[in-house]
Amino acid sequence: MIDKTFACAADAVADIHDGATVMIGGFGTAGMPSELIDALIARGARELTIVNNNAGNGDTGVAALLKAKRVRKIICSFPRQVDSHVFDALYRAGEIELELVPQGNLAERIRATGAGIGAFYTRTGYGTLLAEGKETRMIDGRHYVLEHPIHADFALIKARYGDRWGNLVYRKTARNFGPLMAAAARCAIAQVHEIVALGELDPESVVTPGIFVRRVVEIPAPSGAAVAAPPVESHR
Amino acid sequence: MAARVARDIDNGAYVNLGIGLPTLVANHLPPDREIILHTENGLLGMGPAPAAGDEDPDLINAGKQPVTALPGASYFHHADSFAMMRGGHLDCCVLGGYQVSVAGDLANWHTGARDAIPAVGGAMDLAIGAKSVYVIMEHQTRNGESKIVERCTYPVTGLACVNRIYTDLAVIDVTPVGLVVIDMVAGLAFTELQRLSGVPMRDAMAAGPAE
Repeated sequence: MIDKTFACAADAVADIHDGATVMIGGFGTAGMPSELIDALIARGARELTIVNNNAGNGDTGVAALLKAKRVRKIICSFPRQVDSHVFDALYRAGEIELELVPQGNLAERIRATGAGIGAFYTRTGYGTLLAEGKETRMIDGRHYVLEHPIHADFALIKARYGDRWGNLVYRKTARNFGPLMAAAARCAIAQVHEIVALGELDPESVVTPGIFVRRVVEIPAPSGAAVAAPPVESHR
Repeated sequence: MAARVARDIDNGAYVNLGIGLPTLVANHLPPDREIILHTENGLLGMGPAPAAGDEDPDLINAGKQPVTALPGASYFHHADSFAMMRGGHLDCCVLGGYQVSVAGDLANWHTGARDAIPAVGGAMDLAIGAKSVYVIMEHQTRNGESKIVERCTYPVTGLACVNRIYTDLAVIDVTPVGLVVIDMVAGLAFTELQRLSGVPMRDAMAAGPAE
């Protein structure tokens, strides 16, 4: 029997090693797998390369991982925000390396890894600082930049529902990078609000097929909080 | 400015409004037009902010503010969302700007200052991907320098990508023959607009019948 469910977040991240590249889902805090990140902090792995859209908000989640000085490099599109003080301080002190990537290139470079694409040409960034030193090519009269996939050892993502095969259904705009990172990482770890029995998820509505997911941990949404699950939103 | 942009967005258009000033355009969209707003974090059919108390942290816009989803809305992941942008599916995007050049180069992501922490987000994808790129910005900096320039001195977001500029003084089309003023605020003379601008412009309104 296939059973990808793990009893707790700590078990699910127990083999994330020093120097690993870890993709972390979420756009701001929507879709950020905070409990998996907390478990990763407790696990103690260092010198990590993190791939995320942002570089932490406030003092929790990705920001807490940065604050714990576990991150050597971050690959992201939008580090500077009103509440990115943890990253800002590390960056100004020269204690973290930043690879800034246009958001669509970030998404596509992650997607490319999962889809087995060696590299791709895109118009985004042509003629800008973020394409400096990169190979370019004229195709049908337009300029393109060659971009390479981003590989990762692990992905930490968050979804609404999962099952023991690893099928996932997300919630609203918290989906963002989850499906892409699941396919890209060698080991994708999903925290879900609820693990449901096999067959309960409508196959027509599964967003991430289980083949892309190695581990599933149930982390119920905090009760009473604004993140409380909607009343039996039809996941069928 | 936001209201003036809104007037130019057609019925049926798929539109992305950038963070900041462009977001305000949503408040002025004519109610008799059906316009579908895209937010790059993964929603088509974005509605207005929810009532106080109804905020959902899983339902936000690109500026990470709570929003709503209208009937007919759809959610999608980032690769699909950016395919909509990069693949030329959006009719229009509205972006803020530090500078726009005569050639339509846009600078809006980085001041280039040594101590500045850069952030780019989806600006470069929108700049090259939307069918029409509208930039909304003050005509001049606080120091009285024109933000419409011969060449951008800030790092560019995209080359020759801007179609139209909306400032607090005028609406200006970027065309192959240069900048053409198609609208001005009431009471402003074209000569005065020209004086406040860093580069030559043509007055479409004074041009008489189209050539």
